Amino acid sequence: MPAQISTLFPALVFLSMTAALWAVFLYVPTEREMGLVQRIFYFHVPAAIAAFIGFFLVFVGSIQFLRTQQARWDRLARCAAELGVLFSLIVLFTGPLWARPIWGVYWRWEPRLTSMLILFTIYVAYLTVRSYGAEAPQTQRFAAVLGILGFVNVPLVYYSVHLWAPEQQLHPRQVELSAEMQHTLYLCFAAFFLLFFYLLQRRMKIEQTSDALAQIRLDLGDEP
Amino acid sequence: MENLSYLFAAYTAIWILVFAYLVRLQRREKILRQELDQLRQRLSGERRGLDP
Repeated sequence: MPAQISTLFPALVFLSMTAALWAVFLYVPTEREMGLVQRIFYFHVPAAIAAFIGFFLVFVGSIQFLRTQQARWDRLARCAAELGVLFSLIVLFTGPLWARPIWGVYWRWEPRLTSMLILFTIYVAYLTVRSYGAEAPQTQRFAAVLGILGFVNVPLVYYSVHLWAPEQQLHPRQVELSAEMQHTLYLCFAAFFLLFFYLLQRRMKIEQTSDALAQIRLDLGDEP
Repeated sequence: MENLSYLFAAYTAIWILVFAYLVRLQRREKILRQELDQLRQRLSGERRGLDP
């Protein structure tokens, strides 16, 4: 990434997040039925989509790694999995806090919540495998297969409101938003995507430097 | 207004998670920088040893 873009990135994230917070707390009108707590929606949904992007990148990186055996794809998969888990965690924290005043419970084993929790658990397992197996080629291959298989759950989470019977659902099948609500949501999407790619870029840089240092140490004759 | 505490808790959780991750990244960067400095010192020491 060119140095200028790399320097501008944090400023861009800061500005977009400030604009998103302004829109959520000052611009958008309060929803009539749910009240103030509905404002969680504007960060909850973009966090979920950012997590899906993370898992999609794990999927792409894993396929490419198995195909080419190039370390950069494995790096992408590893870093994207970490971010996918982070953003899933945001979803799993904010969801129950929104659910409690609206549905009366923090948690219900309904399709979307359950499938999201399973998705999160799969990628926590992925990261656990990676942390215990170090950089062994066998671990990299196993993690890549897990990264590909785990992605199957993403469309399942997304379409869960349509796949299961309506009486089993708490999440609505369709959401109608006013123009201001739509603008706010788009702004939050932009802010979250920028945050996601900023963190990914920083995380990838760390991994790249760490791999390069390990190689230098190896060339100097140090024990791995 | 009664749901304000949930809204506050949700946004607090988001920022705590993001900042905790940023701190983790910063720590890793610091460790790498230290490792890089050690290698630099070691290499310059070896180079000095090679000088006639």
